[in-house]
Amino acid sequence: MPKTTFKIWRGDSKGGEFRAYETEYSEGMVVLDVVHKIQAEQANDLAVRWNCKAGKCGSCSAEVNGQPKLMCMTRMNTLPLDRSVTVEPMQAFPVEKDLVADVSVNYEIKKRIKPFKPRPPDHDDGTWTMHQADVERSQEFRKCIECFLCQDVCHVDRDHHYHLEGKFIGPRFFVHAAYLDMHPADAEDRLADLKERDGVGYCNITKCCTVVCPEHITITDNAIIPLKERVADRYYDPLAKVLKVIGLGGKK
Amino acid sequence: MHSPSPNPRRAPFPMSADPTARAETLPETLPLPTVPRRPFLQTARTDRWWSKPLVVFLGLSAFIVYSTWAALQNAHFEFAGYLSPMYSPLFFDPGAGAPSPHAVFGAQPSWWPGWIPLYPAFLILWAPGGFRFTCYYYRGAYYKSHWASPASCGVGKAQKGYRGEQRFPLIFQNLHRYFLYFALAFLVVLSIDVYRGMWFGPNHDEFGIGLGTLVLAVNVVLLSGYTFGCHSLRHLVGGKLNLLARRPARLRAWNRVTWCNERHQLFAWLSLFWVGFTDFYVRMCSMGLWADVRIL
Ligand code: SF4
Ligand code: SF4
Ligand code: FES
Ligand code: FES
Repeated sequence: MPKTTFKIWRGDSKGGEFRAYETEYSEGMVVLDVVHKIQAEQANDLAVRWNCKAGKCGSCSAEVNGQPKLMCMTRMNTLPLDRSVTVEPMQAFPVEKDLVADVSVNYEIKKRIKPFKPRPPDHDDGTWTMHQADVERSQEFRKCIECFLCQDVCHVDRDHHYHLEGKFIGPRFFVHAAYLDMHPADAEDRLADLKERDGVGYCNITKCCTVVCPEHITITDNAIIPLKERVADRYYDPLAKVLKVIGLGGKK
Repeated sequence: MHSPSPNPRRAPFPMSADPTARAETLPETLPLPTVPRRPFLQTARTDRWWSKPLVVFLGLSAFIVYSTWAALQNAHFEFAGYLSPMYSPLFFDPGAGAPSPHAVFGAQPSWWPGWIPLYPAFLILWAPGGFRFTCYYYRGAYYKSHWASPASCGVGKAQKGYRGEQRFPLIFQNLHRYFLYFALAFLVVLSIDVYRGMWFGPNHDEFGIGLGTLVLAVNVVLLSGYTFGCHSLRHLVGGKLNLLARRPARLRAWNRVTWCNERHQLFAWLSLFWVGFTDFYVRMCSMGLWADVRIL
């Protein structure tokens, strides 16, 4: 069996360092398998979070060679194996222990987003007519597995920690807000929140979130930019305001 | 690479007592990330993360240099019925001689002080320039390549503070839609230029098609692919509506714009290159270095 060296970050909330582990691996293994092998054979106290091993629970998020990845979906043969592989916890969050990051800030952020509020029903029996074409747009956002890899890679979180300061909700929650805001039966108004408190303007559309999303959600193009346009409609479009005043503006 | 560092704000994370309650604010004692922020251009990435931003840097910079140079030439921007897109629409003929057949208002106005050179290209280039500068695709691209914010995904930044597009000055990127309106008008103007590029002879009354006509036509096709994929247009034609399916015409328009939008980056580069090439083609013909081929 071929050998590889894994440099794994070991530590806790106070800090830590990389430690090197040499181990064998076989073809078809994923990074999580190798981490488990190291845990079983060399480092019994290594903390790693995982659950489904199928890319569906979003627990095994970490950074492999500096790139946010689901460890269970990162096959060894996609990595350059002529050098060591670094595995570290997500950088945008505090560390619980070793590879386990404390992602609880995300649950707090989610609570601030105004929930679904249905518009009046279309029919007397209290039901709505919904067309597939309208539903599809927000359905894409339902695929999110809350792995928070997008939150981790976004430089506004990663380098500036604005998600921890409450100034920026981050890509995952723009996806969530877009899901609610584009829902064909939703009547809530989230634009003031998005503009001010949620900091949609801090996103500079560099698309790192879209690149890392394991569910291939087109986060920037389909969620964030449409939200920016909706915010621009209300707050940054003087001409539209004039047209509205003289009665030529469109309705939502 | 990482040195262990104490985490001063670390405190037990206060989860709300009622997990279903809607919180207005974040808890006050949020723990800071443990792994220290990486310094400028530092990363654990092992791939060639710098190659794409480098290509973007070179490509955009080359175009800016060429188009500025071409706009400053004030000559060789027309040949036969062809007009370079960097000079279209041509409001005034910058030359002293007979006014160009393309000049909308004829010769340079007599009241224009002679000591201020009139650059007809600069009278118009702000519009397509502003359109591209505020384009969502280009913004994301040059924030990386020219501003390193960040240089590439997961690569350390130099900037300590960050205002993004949330505050002055970049908040003005939100005016992109206004540039879109001009860009749509330019498509009409450039289409008229293709038509005028079909007339040859000293009086421009002899119908024909030359290689240059095709070059101008491809330019309009690529620019249309780019402009019709604009995110602001996508919003305008239907994206702003949640109940789009009730308006079939707008749904159809939204679907078409979405098709272009999914290829926006591709069209952005193709059209950028082709605008430059179209100017170059006309310029080479006008300078007598290339011979235009008459196809018809
Ligand atoms: S596109 Fe916006 S939200 Fe996504 S990573 Fe970049 S700055 Fe963050
Ligand atoms: S949007 Fe994608 S990357 Fe972000 S949390 Fe959801 S699945 Fe993960
Ligand atoms: S273990 Fe569930 S996503 Fe990797
Ligand atoms: S978003 Fe690129 S042209 Fe409008």
